[in-house]
Amino acid sequence: MSVTVTPTKPVLPQPGSAPISVAELDQVDRALIDASASGPVLFFYTTAITWLLAATVFGFISSMKMHSPEFLGGWSFLTYGRIWPAYIDTLTYGWACPAGMGTLIWLMVRLCRVSLRKPALLVFGGIFWNIGVTVGVVNILLGVNSGHALLEFPSSASAILFIAYSLIAIWGVAVFENRRPGPVYVSLWYLVGALFWFPWLYGAANLMLTVLHVRGVMQSIVVAWFGANFIGLWMGAIGLASVYYFIPKVTGRPVASYYLASIGFWSFALFYPWLGGAHLAGSPVPVWMPTMGIAASIMSVVTLATVFVNFAMTMRGSYNMIYHSPTIRFTFYGAVAFIVTGLVNMIGSFRSVDRLTHFTEFGAGELHLGVYAFFSMAMFGAIYYIAPRLVGCEWLSATMIRLHFWASAYGIGLLICMMLFGGLAHGSAMDNTGQPFESVIEMGQPYMRGQTVAWIVLIIGHAFFTINFLLMILRFGKPAGQPTLFAPMEGEPH
Amino acid sequence: MKTFPAIFTGIFATFALGWAGAVMIPQFQLGGLQPQVDEEMGDIYPINVGGVTDQGRRVYASEGCFYCHSQQVRGKFDGSDIERGWGGRRTVARDYIYDDPIFLGSMRKGPDLANAGARTTKPESFYRELYDPRGAVPGSTMPSYRYLFTKRKISGQRSVDALDLAGPDAPEPGYEIVPTGEAKALVGYLLSLDRNHALKEVPQEAKKK
Ligand code: HEC
Repeated sequence: MSVTVTPTKPVLPQPGSAPISVAELDQVDRALIDASASGPVLFFYTTAITWLLAATVFGFISSMKMHSPEFLGGWSFLTYGRIWPAYIDTLTYGWACPAGMGTLIWLMVRLCRVSLRKPALLVFGGIFWNIGVTVGVVNILLGVNSGHALLEFPSSASAILFIAYSLIAIWGVAVFENRRPGPVYVSLWYLVGALFWFPWLYGAANLMLTVLHVRGVMQSIVVAWFGANFIGLWMGAIGLASVYYFIPKVTGRPVASYYLASIGFWSFALFYPWLGGAHLAGSPVPVWMPTMGIAASIMSVVTLATVFVNFAMTMRGSYNMIYHSPTIRFTFYGAVAFIVTGLVNMIGSFRSVDRLTHFTEFGAGELHLGVYAFFSMAMFGAIYYIAPRLVGCEWLSATMIRLHFWASAYGIGLLICMMLFGGLAHGSAMDNTGQPFESVIEMGQPYMRGQTVAWIVLIIGHAFFTINFLLMILRFGKPAGQPTLFAPMEGEPH
Repeated sequence: MKTFPAIFTGIFATFALGWAGAVMIPQFQLGGLQPQVDEEMGDIYPINVGGVTDQGRRVYASEGCFYCHSQQVRGKFDGSDIERGWGGRRTVARDYIYDDPIFLGSMRKGPDLANAGARTTKPESFYRELYDPRGAVPGSTMPSYRYLFTKRKISGQRSVDALDLAGPDAPEPGYEIVPTGEAKALVGYLLSLDRNHALKEVPQEAKKK
């Protein structure tokens, strides 16, 4: 896939014209930085959106199969046990990771205030990453599955992904080293964390499972650790970096409290790596493991509270921005979902709840809260802000953005409710030994149909998003300058 | 605002702590687990069967059975698995030392299979379930795995593995439906699933089976 991009040409002052102000210089500076990053960032975004479409198709098919198992039943490569992992892996590795990396690159160069050198390295990284995901997903559909949730890819694909990521991480360290002197903004802490944590996480999990080959329940322990960190810590860090950047940026108000932001970050770094243990409740592992997980999920309330207070204080007086700015609307949805995710994880980790929900769709609900309602919504918000600045062309249609928002917001809301409440109902029915298993299956059916309805809504949202993105990349929109808003706004535009 | 080395040290240390606690300590605790050997009775559990069981386990992974079926029996305090008849005792770490990959699972769209081979000892029932789940249990949402079977012309004697099918499922006369090698391995694996053997970690529950 190739994307040709003509970056915005910064308007350089002509010799002899009036002396330029600091603000103007700043703008030229930013435009130069943006121009340097546009190739790789748009490459990551375009491939991410392509995978998002694939994930949408896979997700819809697997939801159909839950209530109509004969739907496309004749093909081995579309059987539920293959299409479901293919869906989850395209959603996370195909869409979420590249979307996150694109945002990470742009935030890094903006916050370090350096132009991006050697963009080819990043594009190579991006190409490798996409090859890795393709190899992995095709293998799953052909029936090669490692048997470990979220780590299904064969080791060849994981190795490619690891190399691809290393290229990006090396580049990230270089940018950070060359940053202009000055305070390091909170978002950068999260980004440096994300850059550093991922290779350890992904490398260690794969090494333990394939090279060191740990045995028995140790595999489940590694997988639980990986899954919780992949979503909670890695996506969490990039998502929060983005929220911390865009809420102050677009509202034009600085982060309310650096002190709170700092507590929020350190509690996040300290407690989130432990959350995986909570998913092992009732499993044949030492009892202290789930206990630590539950303790960590209770402690993570500190993170949630600081994030909540900080954003609420920053947004105070600017809530009307949700009405005007697409970026704020998506980002705010993501920030709220981050807090909801944490609370649902905490409630779900209590043993009395876990007893019911452990073997149900509830876990899928938690995953979608984190990966979609929080992370993907935050990434949509970032893309709505960043991409037009890199292309030099605004979004063609505010209506399409609005439709995307409502479809995504309601679609994922419905999907998650069906999973969480369906999971609770399914779990309670299984816990009630008087209820035969056939009637447990029957009872779950309405929730499964509800999920398919949610998928249809999501398909509509993603279609509008993709069309709008394509038209923008092909420069059908207004020339850059004024950001696309839902409603005209008085005063300073962002 | 803090300087970078301080931030980086923190980022490293917090993650290292989580890694050590959530992965390395359990590895020290569980990594060396051995089978239980009863010298008097000359009895070892679990045993590494290998062979067709390993092949079947691979099929189980490729077909993604573990996205719908768990293989773990929780104790009385953690769930009603034992009352549901999914096992005589809770399963413990030692039960799984030869399971590679392990399928504890996180979903029960279908029943737990930790002791599938103890509940169902006839391969035909498993073939039936895989070939036509809705024939076995009306309303089942399990996918049918017809692609793990082949139809072939009966030449001489009907083969021993051929499925006994009636009604719309039955092949035309002169033909038979037989499992492929993959289906045979998978069923061999399912038949091997029995985790009811007494273990010293779970003495009291083991007696009840
Ligand atoms: C979409 C979810 C799903 C997938 C995937 C799935 N199953 Fe099932 N399975 C079920 C459901 C639901 C039942 C209960 C109804 C029935 O018996 O058909 C079931 C029942 C069973 C039973 C009977 C268990 C008992 O004790 O009655 C066996 C054995 C079984 N499945 C094996 C498998 C194998 C082997 C695979 C992989 C090749 C598999 N299943 C894949 C959903 C699934």
